[in-house]
Amino acid sequence: MKIDLTDTTAGKVNKALVQGRRAIGTPAVGMVLTLVIVTDEENAYDALKAANDASREHPSRTLVVIKRVSRSPRDRTSSRLDAEVRVGADAGTGETVVLRLYGEVSDHAQSVVLPLLLPDAPVVVWWPVNAPLDPANDPLGALAQRRVTDTYAAEHPVRELAARADAYTPGDTDLSWTRITPWRSMLAAALDQVTCEVESVEVEGEEFNPSCELLAMWLADRLHVPVQRSQSSGPGLTAVRMATTCGSITLDRADGSLATLSIEGQPARAVALKRRETSELIAEELRRLDPDDTYASALRFGVERLAGKATEPETSEAPEAPEAPEAPEASSSPSTDEAPAPADEAPAPADEAPVPADEAPAAAPAEEAAKAPAKKTAATKATAARTTAKKTPAKKTTTSRKAATK
Amino acid sequence: MSSSNPLRDTADRRLPRIAGPSGLVIFGVTGDLSRKKLMPAVYDLANRGLLPPGFSLVGFARREWEHEDFAQVVHDAVKEHARTPFREEVWQQLIQGMRFVQGTFDDDDAFVRLRHTIEELDQAQGTGGNFAFYLSVPPGAFPVVIQQLKKHGLADQTKDSWRRAVIEKPFGHDLKSAEELNGLVHEVFAPDQVFRIDHYLGKETVQNILALRFANQMFEPIWNRSYVDHIQITMAEDIGIGGRAGYYDGIGAARDVIQNHLLQLLALMAMEEPSSFDADALAAEKTKVLGAVRLPKDLGRDTVRAQYAAGWQGGAKVTGYLEEEGIDPNSKTDTYAAIKVEIDNRRWAGVPFYLRTGKRLGRRVTEIAVVFQRAPHSPFDTTATEELGSNAIVVRVQPDEGVTVRFGSKVPGTSMEIRDVSMDFAYGESFTESSPEAYERLILDVLLGDSNLFPRTEEVELSWKILDPIEEYWDTHGRPAQYPAGTWGPDEADEMLERDGRSWRRP
Repeated sequence: MKIDLTDTTAGKVNKALVQGRRAIGTPAVGMVLTLVIVTDEENAYDALKAANDASREHPSRTLVVIKRVSRSPRDRTSSRLDAEVRVGADAGTGETVVLRLYGEVSDHAQSVVLPLLLPDAPVVVWWPVNAPLDPANDPLGALAQRRVTDTYAAEHPVRELAARADAYTPGDTDLSWTRITPWRSMLAAALDQVTCEVESVEVEGEEFNPSCELLAMWLADRLHVPVQRSQSSGPGLTAVRMATTCGSITLDRADGSLATLSIEGQPARAVALKRRETSELIAEELRRLDPDDTYASALRFGVERLAGKATEPETSEAPEAPEAPEAPEASSSPSTDEAPAPADEAPAPADEAPVPADEAPAAAPAEEAAKAPAKKTAATKATAARTTAKKTPAKKTTTSRKAATK
Repeated sequence: MSSSNPLRDTADRRLPRIAGPSGLVIFGVTGDLSRKKLMPAVYDLANRGLLPPGFSLVGFARREWEHEDFAQVVHDAVKEHARTPFREEVWQQLIQGMRFVQGTFDDDDAFVRLRHTIEELDQAQGTGGNFAFYLSVPPGAFPVVIQQLKKHGLADQTKDSWRRAVIEKPFGHDLKSAEELNGLVHEVFAPDQVFRIDHYLGKETVQNILALRFANQMFEPIWNRSYVDHIQITMAEDIGIGGRAGYYDGIGAARDVIQNHLLQLLALMAMEEPSSFDADALAAEKTKVLGAVRLPKDLGRDTVRAQYAAGWQGGAKVTGYLEEEGIDPNSKTDTYAAIKVEIDNRRWAGVPFYLRTGKRLGRRVTEIAVVFQRAPHSPFDTTATEELGSNAIVVRVQPDEGVTVRFGSKVPGTSMEIRDVSMDFAYGESFTESSPEAYERLILDVLLGDSNLFPRTEEVELSWKILDPIEEYWDTHGRPAQYPAGTWGPDEADEMLERDGRSWRRP
């Protein structure tokens, strides 16, 4: 059942939720968490669909926060909250509230979200796009135990990874990291089968795919050996090659679904390594809500320490935005000891820091960051980056649009 | 093996436990269990990425099948019964390691072929000589298969490979036969390489009993004789014996269910906190509590057995047990059994545990109800609490897995009236869909060599020690009572509880 509320408040939304639950006859709810999705109108449909699919594993109250763009000064001064409350079959296994914020209130989304959080249950905030550079200090991010970003959808994924490392606060996590769990699991299983030392590693995958960097950093961090990041045309990650004291170990996935594991001296074996849907990633992400230390450690290893990285063209832009890309280098070498408070300490994005800290619209810093370099770079390159980075989501959008028109 | 692996880290909880290189050989692969449970479970494990690359599945049966026929059967079984969606690339991974060996259990050539198949898989799939033999065979064929495995050296482990045996119930039909069976198996496989499947223990709710009791503070303080009035453990089936006449007649409900499932559930509910969650510590506590189980003095008074008579079940007319095809009309086999036991220790002295199971009962349900004593003093007058029952915590094992807490609450209105309400935790609600099938979990544990969820020899033998005197008494005293199919058992069972001033819950 669906209840539409225009020009409303969180209190009325709460009432509508109770009313909806009564009407369908299930006043007792077993929801385990609140998932807050912060997005724009364009991405809301896909994100909500993924969240609803994931809610079959994790019944949750899903709050979709959509900040509407104001196009005139009058729009900006007037403010309004519209809500769409869905319970029962329309909302997966939980409840969904789509909140549309117009004008000034969109800068104060947390005031709408706070009263709608489930009592005593964990809160997860997910930014499918335009994540703030410092999620923990974002007003919405501050409400959450778990903050899920997705560097894959960023304009400059690799640079954003560096920024994430810089701002890392326990509870941060990224879907680019979630995407490589099957790879990590298979590589660990491969090393279970041999008793040799790894000497060097090469991670191969498409450009602008931060998962490749994360996998490379994880391997470098765990194995303490040089890790080479090389490029291929994808899809996604295509291969990991490990040179060991007893020959090479290769996990090769050319087609994005079936991979081959070859260990020297053993027969080659087929391994299913399918690229997963966003809903599966979100479901995995919601399975554990404690800080992911392994992610932190891999992230803080630092992109710039990877050999043959794919980021030269981007680092060459550095002079124009001097501090930002420099910061991770400074902070990531003594990374381990400054764990608890990197956010306020890191002076690097100083020009942007105050924005997320107090009055920030969640999307603003990310947008800024994305826009700023785009201006400076050759326009062609920026568009190229965008298309590559958005390849998969774009495809998905079309399919879901189809579903929507039915 | 994983301790030296630099990519493994206990803090990295996203990485699942993947079994090492290994294969599974299923004897009796054409049976129902194999098609409906084992094959789908193997596929689901593969789909969840929990099987090692190169995992191999070998079927052994009498049918004249080629490898491809076998693969087709697995394919169909997976499509029909698997829990997770069918994905071609997962299937491609699995199919490379699928083999079929044709033969009967006494056919030496077949076991030679099986041996060659395993050696070939070690070469082609890198299974490293690690194989588990799943004996999904009738009890009668059991000794033959075990002996054949020994004779052809299939059970011999080398330094860095393992061979395991997975066996299904029944683990004998009394203490003596269980000891013989154990002797037979242990002669061929080391005790720690023998895995007895009690699929109840693979269920999430059953494992949740441990979490409920030992991870929480609010239940344990009342989990004793000072607060608990009695405990009821029920496993009811709505089906009859179906085509299992040959197996069932002479065995009966008590041997089929109480000896393994219900006594295991009792052990988990009643045991003390294990010092850790490892297999040895758990087994030690379960053994201790099973050893403390005491039977009632008057077995005629505190046990009931019965057979279902013809009747209506859920809108369908069904025949009685004695009229079922293949059943001796004079059979004394019980299709319903209810027993009362007590546990002689400080925690449980004087608290009765009522265990009941039966076929053709009202509906299919398994649950454990901890019923608490009434409040020692009630400030409300009797009319106010007229409708108030005893508080209870109910662990619903299947279906609709979850936990219910029942307590009294005021009925809205101007007068003081208190009525029972329940508070529900449903697995299907809080963690939908992620619950794996019991067999998935158990097969994975076998491949990992983790014996937490498998009853040990001692537990099996202690359970028979509990049940044997009852079976002996039943053999020599009277005949089973009758109950109409589709009801909750014979009147005698209700009377048995009434004598104690209690009544069965309607599950």
